[in-house]
Amino acid sequence: MYTQSLNTPLAQETGVKVVDNPAYEKEFNDKLDRQESIEAKDWMPDGYRKTLIRQISQHAHSEIVGMLPEGNWITRAPTLKRKAILLAKVQDEGGHGLYLYAAAETLGVSRDELFEALHSGKAKYSSIFNYPTLNWADVGVIGWLVDGAAIMNQIPLCKCSYGPYARAMVRVCKEESFHQRQGYDSLLVMMERGTQAQRDMVQDAVNRWWLPSIMMFGPHDSESTHSDQNMRWGIKRISNDDLRQKFVDATVKQAEVLGVTLPDPDLKWNEKTGHYDFGKIDWDEFWNTVNGHGQCNVDRLKDRVQAWEDGAWVRDAAIAYNEKSAARAQKKAA
Amino acid sequence: MSRKEFPLWEVFVRSKNGLDHKHCGSVHAPDPKLALQAARDVYTRRQEGVSIWVCRADHIVASDPDAKPELFDPSEDKIYRHPTFYQLPDEVNHM
Repeated sequence: MYTQSLNTPLAQETGVKVVDNPAYEKEFNDKLDRQESIEAKDWMPDGYRKTLIRQISQHAHSEIVGMLPEGNWITRAPTLKRKAILLAKVQDEGGHGLYLYAAAETLGVSRDELFEALHSGKAKYSSIFNYPTLNWADVGVIGWLVDGAAIMNQIPLCKCSYGPYARAMVRVCKEESFHQRQGYDSLLVMMERGTQAQRDMVQDAVNRWWLPSIMMFGPHDSESTHSDQNMRWGIKRISNDDLRQKFVDATVKQAEVLGVTLPDPDLKWNEKTGHYDFGKIDWDEFWNTVNGHGQCNVDRLKDRVQAWEDGAWVRDAAIAYNEKSAARAQKKAA
Repeated sequence: MSRKEFPLWEVFVRSKNGLDHKHCGSVHAPDPKLALQAARDVYTRRQEGVSIWVCRADHIVASDPDAKPELFDPSEDKIYRHPTFYQLPDEVNHM
């Protein structure tokens, strides 16, 4: 799924000592100028490290929290085929979370610290997962719009200056394309071969997910405080508003082919700019949701924490088993 | 919270016979068997591999980025190690 550009304070301290050295800093900047990747053990400014930890971990949290709204429908998928597809998709989201946690860990934080930040509510995840999945069409619309917006956001990250993040993103993007296409495909079936009630269901889902989807690109460029620095660092390549516009432009045609209406009366082609204009976004709702007061924040976090706590005895048993068999092997050898 | 964090393992996947194993990421797991299982689930969901290696991350010895000049620069001025250094007569230059 995906990351949102939220400039929240860093939740974790890495314990990585930063040596201020102008020669190192020059080398770091030269590498950026040459479009060379920065790798885990290379010198990097403290701010670069912190920004990456925040962004990559928010991204990872979004992936695993994103499993919850869709997982809600696995047992109720309408056919075995759709169930198998949805299972594969939700498994992918878990995988994406794991690639990204591993990338964040190369910067000096531990997996448990990252989980702790998520579970305590210190770390953020994408606001989109705090909306409920009310009917089966929501699953298709999440694939089409939410994963579609995610792809738009993630393609530039494949060229991010930080090597481990960029490599993880290449893998994520390849798989994400399946997510978007399966979603659109399932909606197409409902629109073309479904009953009127099923078509209404699709339209209802589109009505609810459209605005949250275009909010996924984050605040307007004018409100996005660290944008310039992140562009310089090669962490961000395209601005929030430009990405949002690209997404709107691409989606209009897809909605038309599908036969649904995007719920925005101000959405219209602008001959002069060569783009679609769209209506105002309710940023109060966005910040409310980000800051924990969305429709599902409490449930999502509760489910996530419960899964972690319920699994504790399994993790403990696995470690105990390993220690015991290692000790036994040592005794045998002695 | 769990008593201890699972150790980190680096994962290497051979995409098909005839090619090298290539580093593709890492997983946390308590022991070698589960590390292999996790690597299979996380990194080969779409037939990306025919063979997996996992190795405890703390068993890898890596060169220091600061040592890059002393390690790798000396080969910069040894262009005679490359076949293209030798210009031969046209008739035999495909050698």
